[in-house]
Amino acid sequence: MEIYDLTIHELHDKLKTGEVSAVEATSAMLDRIETVEPQIGSFITVAPEQALADAAAADRRIAAKDIDLLTGIPLALKDIFLTEGIRTTCGSKILNNFVPPYSATSFEKLKQAGAVLLGKLNQDEFAMGSSNESSAYGCTRNPWDQTRIPGGSSGGSAAAIAARQATATLGTDTGGSIRQPASHCGCVGLKPTYGRVSRYGVIAYASSLDQVGPLTRDVTDSAIMLAAVAGHDPKDSTSVDVAVPDYLAALTGTIKGLRIGLPKEYYIAGLDADVQSAMNSAIETYRRLGAEFVDISLPHTDYAVATYYLIATAEASSNLARYDGVRFGHRTENADNLLEMYCKSRSEGFGAEVKRRIMLGTYALSAGYYDAYYVKAQKVRTLIMRDFIQAFEGVDVILTPVAPTPAFRIGEKTNDPLQMYLSDIFTIPVNLAGTCGISVPAGFSADGLPIGLQLIGKPFGEETILRAAHAFEQATDWHMKRAPL
Amino acid sequence: MKITAANVEHVARLARLELSDEEKNLFAGQMDAILAYVEKLKELDTDGVLPTSHAVPMENAFREDVTEPPIGTEKALANSPDRADAFYRVPQIIE
Repeated sequence: MEIYDLTIHELHDKLKTGEVSAVEATSAMLDRIETVEPQIGSFITVAPEQALADAAAADRRIAAKDIDLLTGIPLALKDIFLTEGIRTTCGSKILNNFVPPYSATSFEKLKQAGAVLLGKLNQDEFAMGSSNESSAYGCTRNPWDQTRIPGGSSGGSAAAIAARQATATLGTDTGGSIRQPASHCGCVGLKPTYGRVSRYGVIAYASSLDQVGPLTRDVTDSAIMLAAVAGHDPKDSTSVDVAVPDYLAALTGTIKGLRIGLPKEYYIAGLDADVQSAMNSAIETYRRLGAEFVDISLPHTDYAVATYYLIATAEASSNLARYDGVRFGHRTENADNLLEMYCKSRSEGFGAEVKRRIMLGTYALSAGYYDAYYVKAQKVRTLIMRDFIQAFEGVDVILTPVAPTPAFRIGEKTNDPLQMYLSDIFTIPVNLAGTCGISVPAGFSADGLPIGLQLIGKPFGEETILRAAHAFEQATDWHMKRAPL
Repeated sequence: MKITAANVEHVARLARLELSDEEKNLFAGQMDAILAYVEKLKELDTDGVLPTSHAVPMENAFREDVTEPPIGTEKALANSPDRADAFYRVPQIIE
């Protein structure tokens, strides 16, 4: 077992006893990054000097017996998190030279715990995409099959776990951007409840949906990372002041009597056969563990993708208005007046998918269409939320696939945006409802590609989905498999 | 629903984007397909349904009105593409 194979809790044990130093752990990670990065492309920026300085500071803390679970643990962040003094691009050319003047609260919390930042991870441009193909810095490749996408938009965050380039990572999830890449890369990905984690210093895509969460090797690490970043932040008025429970204590290993809902709208005829069979065996495992199954219905599931692509693009068109070439980011060299400067700076800086979503969102908000598209979508969102409220009256968690198929091939869906959007059909409803969901390794396709299951919880029900995910992990060994690298 | 290149041009102007002819044609076709797909929302009767703009019910999020140290001019200007003294410089606005 190499250092880069370890989970947070395993590495923590070695750091605590002095068997491994934080500098050794970070050096091992940096070497690993150098070795596999040419094949995978998980990173946009690696920060070795900063990382080694962080690690040396962690070793001083450990020597003084001041050790937290994350002290000395080498982490990496999606390039959507502002990191003071370290370039942050959000996967876009428009922020190619942007060095943030302050840091995201979630990053500050990890730093205070003594974690080490290895660098910034590749992603779809402004988190808009399901494959990492919209990144201006090249598509990350799936460590399980390098001809395939890692998923998106937190593709680098998932690939870095599968390729053993970081012990844990943070991503963001607006319509599935943590859970779907976690499923495609065989790691654990948690999207917490809307408001659970501060978004201060996280570059905004769709503000009523965006949420921060961890991608990790196992469920225990997911609980550790969530505990580190969760909680109310006075700097984020949408973060909610709900007490942060002891997530590690929730991992009891027993789920006897847990009521699991199976929504009929998610187990559809078109589901990939390998995904269906992974779900069948997951249901069997849960039955053996003492769970009870309840057939439920989420009747508006089929409307979620349409609802999402109106709400998310409308919010994006507004959020991305700030990229005007005035205060930061790319400014064109060919403008004679202010309007030309705006238009050319934006058009030179944004990629095709970002332009497409800004266009769609602007259209949905424009005079004459606002009620028919944007307000209509907000009303359907209410119906989708009601579906979940009703379903949770009879069940504790909902079990579904994460994605309808395993990872698709690079280039397979780039010419058909609608097909790409439909690949998020099982993850989007969770964001619209504002609740939490976790992706857990649950098997492999005939081609050897990872398949994840999704557990959806009640709002602020992270303890329950973590407990259910952990029990599944204890009963299976899918999370122990390693990508062939 | 048929999105034309002229529609695309109008929306691009609202969004402060300058698109090539190739992009205009591509986006016209793709927006047309996506908007045709979202038409399915019209199947649902939403009379009397309140729109949701935020997933978690919240009261006004106020804080104490206490002054905190600002980020400072130098930090705020550090990323500016063009500056003059303590200002961002932009092309002439008033003729």
